[in-house]
Amino acid sequence: MSDSSDPVPRTLVVRCPDWPLTALGVVPDEPALVLAAGRVAAASEAARAAGVARGQRRREAQGRCPGVVVLERDEAAEARRFEPVAAALEDITPWVEVSRPGACAFGVRGPLRLLGGEASLLVRTAEVVEAVLDAAIGSVHPGCRLGIADGRFAADLAAREAAAGVAGSIVVPGGDSPAFLAPQPVGVLGRPDLADVLVRLGLATLGAFAALSVGDVVGRFGAEGQAAQRLAAGLDGIPPQVRRPPPDLAVAVDLDPPVDRIDRVAFAARALAEQLHDDLRGRGLACTRVVVEAETEHGERLARCWRDEGVLGASALADRVRWQLEGWLHGPPPVRPTAGLVRLTLVPDEVVPATGHQAGFWGGASAADERAVRALARVVGLLGEGSVRLPEWRGGRDPSDQLVLVPLTGRVGEAMSGASTPQADVQPWPGVLPPPSPAAVHVDPAPAALLDDRGRLVRVDGRGVLSAPPVTLRIRQGGQVSVAAWAGPWPVDERWWDPLRHRRRVRLQVVADDGVARLLMLEAGRWRVAATYD
Amino acid sequence: MGLPDGHASTLPDDLSTEGQAPVQRPRPRSLAEAARRARTGAPAGERTLPVSSALTDLLPDGLRRGSSVGLAGPGARSLALALIAEATATGSWAAVVDEPDLGLAAAAEAGVALARLAVVGLPDQRQWGAVVAALIGGLDLILVAPRRSVRAADARRLAARARERGSVLIRIGGAARPAWPDSPDLELTLADAIWEGPEDGYGRLRCRRAEVVATGRGRNARERRAVLLLPDVRGVPSLP
Repeated sequence: MSDSSDPVPRTLVVRCPDWPLTALGVVPDEPALVLAAGRVAAASEAARAAGVARGQRRREAQGRCPGVVVLERDEAAEARRFEPVAAALEDITPWVEVSRPGACAFGVRGPLRLLGGEASLLVRTAEVVEAVLDAAIGSVHPGCRLGIADGRFAADLAAREAAAGVAGSIVVPGGDSPAFLAPQPVGVLGRPDLADVLVRLGLATLGAFAALSVGDVVGRFGAEGQAAQRLAAGLDGIPPQVRRPPPDLAVAVDLDPPVDRIDRVAFAARALAEQLHDDLRGRGLACTRVVVEAETEHGERLARCWRDEGVLGASALADRVRWQLEGWLHGPPPVRPTAGLVRLTLVPDEVVPATGHQAGFWGGASAADERAVRALARVVGLLGEGSVRLPEWRGGRDPSDQLVLVPLTGRVGEAMSGASTPQADVQPWPGVLPPPSPAAVHVDPAPAALLDDRGRLVRVDGRGVLSAPPVTLRIRQGGQVSVAAWAGPWPVDERWWDPLRHRRRVRLQVVADDGVARLLMLEAGRWRVAATYD
Repeated sequence: MGLPDGHASTLPDDLSTEGQAPVQRPRPRSLAEAARRARTGAPAGERTLPVSSALTDLLPDGLRRGSSVGLAGPGARSLALALIAEATATGSWAAVVDEPDLGLAAAAEAGVALARLAVVGLPDQRQWGAVVAALIGGLDLILVAPRRSVRAADARRLAARARERGSVLIRIGGAARPAWPDSPDLELTLADAIWEGPEDGYGRLRCRRAEVVATGRGRNARERRAVLLLPDVRGVPSLP
């Protein structure tokens, strides 16, 4: 990669770590986690120290850290609490770009003239952000992490590695971004599929990936691969042929009567985002940066720039607009407009040729597929990304493990061709429960007690033998039933070599006298109703 | 199997052998059935959705588009999977709204084409009506299990929309779920069901022999009964 025609703009990235938690008012030394779609989306420092990690299930995380406070993710609160931060940074530069609640960036060239040097810029930025966080959240918060480098991607990684405060900030000297990026693992590109292939090819670091010839990369991975390689090489991720968007691409909607509540404007905002996406698609373009503008009854003009390294799909655009409106309309008084909004405009600020790597919400095989995918896209617009999921075969020993749900994103075509049934050569899972599988697999298994004829808890010894035949099953919030028949126990000992993911459990099928068959699971000395053969 | 990803012990013989291919689509039993399956995308003009051969005694005409089906009591989810299996296998899409407990492995075994089964989570119960309305028309089969009671006006509106657009609304009820304001066009319940297989510590669950009762309004007014294996030893709803 040697075609660095334009110098990459020097960028400062501000990251507020664990923002989903901070926005909910959690202090760092309190063990807490935020769940999104049943999995851990963020965990506080105290919880991470106890072994809680992103992507774990609730039960797994609670097993690691029994006292952990479990919170549901609140994206509206995240957006609402972050808008004052972005607004305050406008004192330093008008070109603040928000990538998601909790992270934003701006070019340093302008503010440097004002503040003299990068050191004083860091000091000023940290002061501004901390002052806002102090006011909005309270005196105890994890603060912010700052990184400066050539290019936004390198600056973002620098901020990710930085420690708290100005002293902990990482400044990558001018021209050193490629060297800073080279040892990073390819996983940081945020493209799991690509990273998986690269690792299997023996290209584990960004440096190794960047050293490939551009032609080879485009030939094998297409335009998306090229964009990723440019990032890895410390260049801007967008291919060079970025066009200045024609001004008539902006879309606007007049709001009459003026609105001051998000629920009244949300529908119009979503339709506007879809219209912008469709207009761009019709011209073979996709948007990487969008300015959300609003006018109020009193003539105030509000604007905020949102940007993403990849292109913004229809639902991603709609999310950005919703977050921004949430921040303005429900934020604290300093950022809240004094009157209702009368006009909402979306300006695609930076567009790239659509290379087809995010195939929008179309591309179904048959007419029925297209209709279904359109309806599901509408539901994603209503409920947010990740609310509609499709099953995908993964394999496992328990009914709850064999299939995972993957979110329906813009890539429905891929999801539909995905392997939702096992391949013929799928590896056997020794110890899997044979069919029939339970028709109800409980997301939150109810604690239960399995008792023998003398009312003692039935236990399973190290050789997988029950201490006594079960006679009574007592389910919390479900009463008590007698055991009519039972089968098992079948112990499973998984990943015994990995202390963090080791799981040892025993399964037992129990038919109660009410005619219901249940799958019980004994783990860490506790019985639970894992599934019902409904 | 090279390096196993863990190990299991003291499994009865039939577990370790039959457990090799846990999810298997039933083989089509006739050429006509195979042809029907190979064809994707049922024509929009068709008045009914196909059901698996085990259900033909209960639903001789298939599943009428635009109708509503109520399933309650034990076995409701197995019945729901049995109802949607054949239609999804022949190109129809199904969505299940706010029912995270639905067993996906059981769905695959029952013959549901998982590539056309969307699982919709509902973070906010107030959006239930809007979500179901958005799905009607786009998808042929919508499985709903509302946690709050549905208002009569909403139920009427959704039913009218489903009739107009030809989607089938399958209501999964249960003890913990509130009742609907109106009765469905067709109601399926398990009259009596016996699980076969396990004894005191021996064997395993093999099948459930159940009598299914179909009642309803209009052309379904005459009660029909059929004894089914729901599911059988492969997880497929079938005739004994």
